[in-house]
Amino acid sequence: MKRWLILGLALLGALAAQATEVVDDRGVSVSLAQPPQRIVSLLPSLTESVCALGACARLVGVDRYSNWPASVRALPQAGGGIDPNVEAIVALRPDVVLLAGSSRGIDRLTALGLKVVVLEPKNHADVRRVLDKLGTLLGVPDALQVWRAIDASVAAAAQSLPAGVRRTRVYYEVNNGPYAAGASSFMGETLTRLGARNIVPAALGPFPKLNPEFVVRANPDLIMVSERSAQGLEQRPGWAGIRAVREGRVCRFSAEQSDVLVRPGPRMGEAAQLMAQCLRDKAVP
Amino acid sequence: MQRRRAQWLALALLAFGALLLMLGAAVGSTGLDSLRALRHDPVALQIVWDIRVPRTLGAWLAGALLGLAGAVAQGLFRNPLADPYLLGSASGASMGVAVALLLFGASPASTQWLVRLGLTGAAFLGAVLAVLLTLTLARGVQQTLRLLLAGVIVGVVLGAVKDLISIASVDIMQALTGFMLGSTGLVGWSACAVMAGLGALCLLLAWALAPVLDALALGEATARSLGLPLGTMRAALVAVLALATGAAVAQTGLIAFVGLAAPHLVRSIVKTTHARLIVLSALMGGLLLMAADLGARWLIAPQELPVGVLTAVLGGSYLLWLMHRRGATGGAL
Repeated sequence: MKRWLILGLALLGALAAQATEVVDDRGVSVSLAQPPQRIVSLLPSLTESVCALGACARLVGVDRYSNWPASVRALPQAGGGIDPNVEAIVALRPDVVLLAGSSRGIDRLTALGLKVVVLEPKNHADVRRVLDKLGTLLGVPDALQVWRAIDASVAAAAQSLPAGVRRTRVYYEVNNGPYAAGASSFMGETLTRLGARNIVPAALGPFPKLNPEFVVRANPDLIMVSERSAQGLEQRPGWAGIRAVREGRVCRFSAEQSDVLVRPGPRMGEAAQLMAQCLRDKAVP
Repeated sequence: MQRRRAQWLALALLAFGALLLMLGAAVGSTGLDSLRALRHDPVALQIVWDIRVPRTLGAWLAGALLGLAGAVAQGLFRNPLADPYLLGSASGASMGVAVALLLFGASPASTQWLVRLGLTGAAFLGAVLAVLLTLTLARGVQQTLRLLLAGVIVGVVLGAVKDLISIASVDIMQALTGFMLGSTGLVGWSACAVMAGLGALCLLLAWALAPVLDALALGEATARSLGLPLGTMRAALVAVLALATGAAVAQTGLIAFVGLAAPHLVRSIVKTTHARLIVLSALMGGLLLMAADLGARWLIAPQELPVGVLTAVLGGSYLLWLMHRRGATGGAL
């Protein structure tokens, strides 16, 4: 029995060390002789995902916006996703570079002979898919365990809320454009799972730029906004009459909380807890 | 006398350029270490040979293209404020990038197509299409004022379309900002080859067509009386302008001020014919952008500044100083 177990484990180890191949979001198939040991990530949500999969130690460089977990702040920074510092990336000798599809550096990095994997999570299903692909790429068994933890955390947050929350109509402002998080964005999906109602229907797209009048007309019961863009929210013309503003039902998230909320990655469960906390404290009873 | 002076200036600009090119191989986020380890470390060799040298040379080439385009534009429109982006190519290029980013991932077919074309191809296509649109609106190149107006209109309208696209899909806004700031950090050997080829072609054409610019400087009626085939030559000059600008913008994004400042700097040193002015402006533009690229790499190393920001600050302040000095002595710029 014991011998079989050892054999099985050895087999598993051999499998993990084998060549990996993933098809990234460009539809390009990227194959590696063995799971990458030196990773550069140029998107905060991908950095967080790599760490959540237990491969934080394999990161050798990140973009300047990646700041979680704390250990990645000590890593060399290789520019940002939109303006990658090619020289710094090459100097890090990565086995693979992870970045978003909108990065300008994709062609250049590929031309320099680096393995580039483009992954761009935009909604809940994407986060699950990206975790799965990263798991395959990194040779991490059962990557979907991380997704199940996120899922359970969102479900727990939803269950912790009183039934009255279901009547709460929420406006989630991403920035003071004003851009909103619509029902089809990942933030909107979390809100829906918490049982709240989004004043921005899915038909308007994930992050529509709204006419301020639309918000006044929709008259939300609760507003979620980051501290930075909340400046002068009450003074916007006509907004003093909105129920949420009138009754002080405005949640202002700190910069740190905003990082958790706006990244489609492993901390989405935590984000759901933050939103639930807001709903518990400020929603109409 | 002036001819001798122009020759000296060309030599000086070339010598400075060679010096900066060598310096360019030594400056970067990994500093001098890469240069020292050149012999025995393949990655250091790659950093110096495949990243630093092509980006430095690329900055020189892009700057030269912009300087050349600037000299042609200022001669063609007989306006010292004309710059290479005047015929709408800048807005066209940024709209091309916006459309490409929007379509990226919209459907597997469009993604496939875009991966092949790349953002560079989209930008070049956008820039050239914008100039063609300007020419259509102006009904040819016959009237300078009409051409100028059409260029401004196309610039504004395409800029608005780009804004519309970026508002419809907010996640491309950051990527667009990156393009608008301009960067020389992503230039490789293939980009250098493209720019060098197009640059040589544009320089030859502009050199050959320069007499028409000299004639135009005396006024449109005088130019016509000289019996030059004005229409054809103007159209060819517009083509040079579009090609040079499109090539530079596609590879490096929107780099401010080099095209406007380079001809002025040359003129402040030497008064000469357009043929020499065009060559000197190209050399000056190349030097300006290369110096700015070095500064962008070196100032906050190991991080990097967007080079467009630096050219605007450097070029702007130098031009301002020049204007101030000229103003004090009573001359015009």
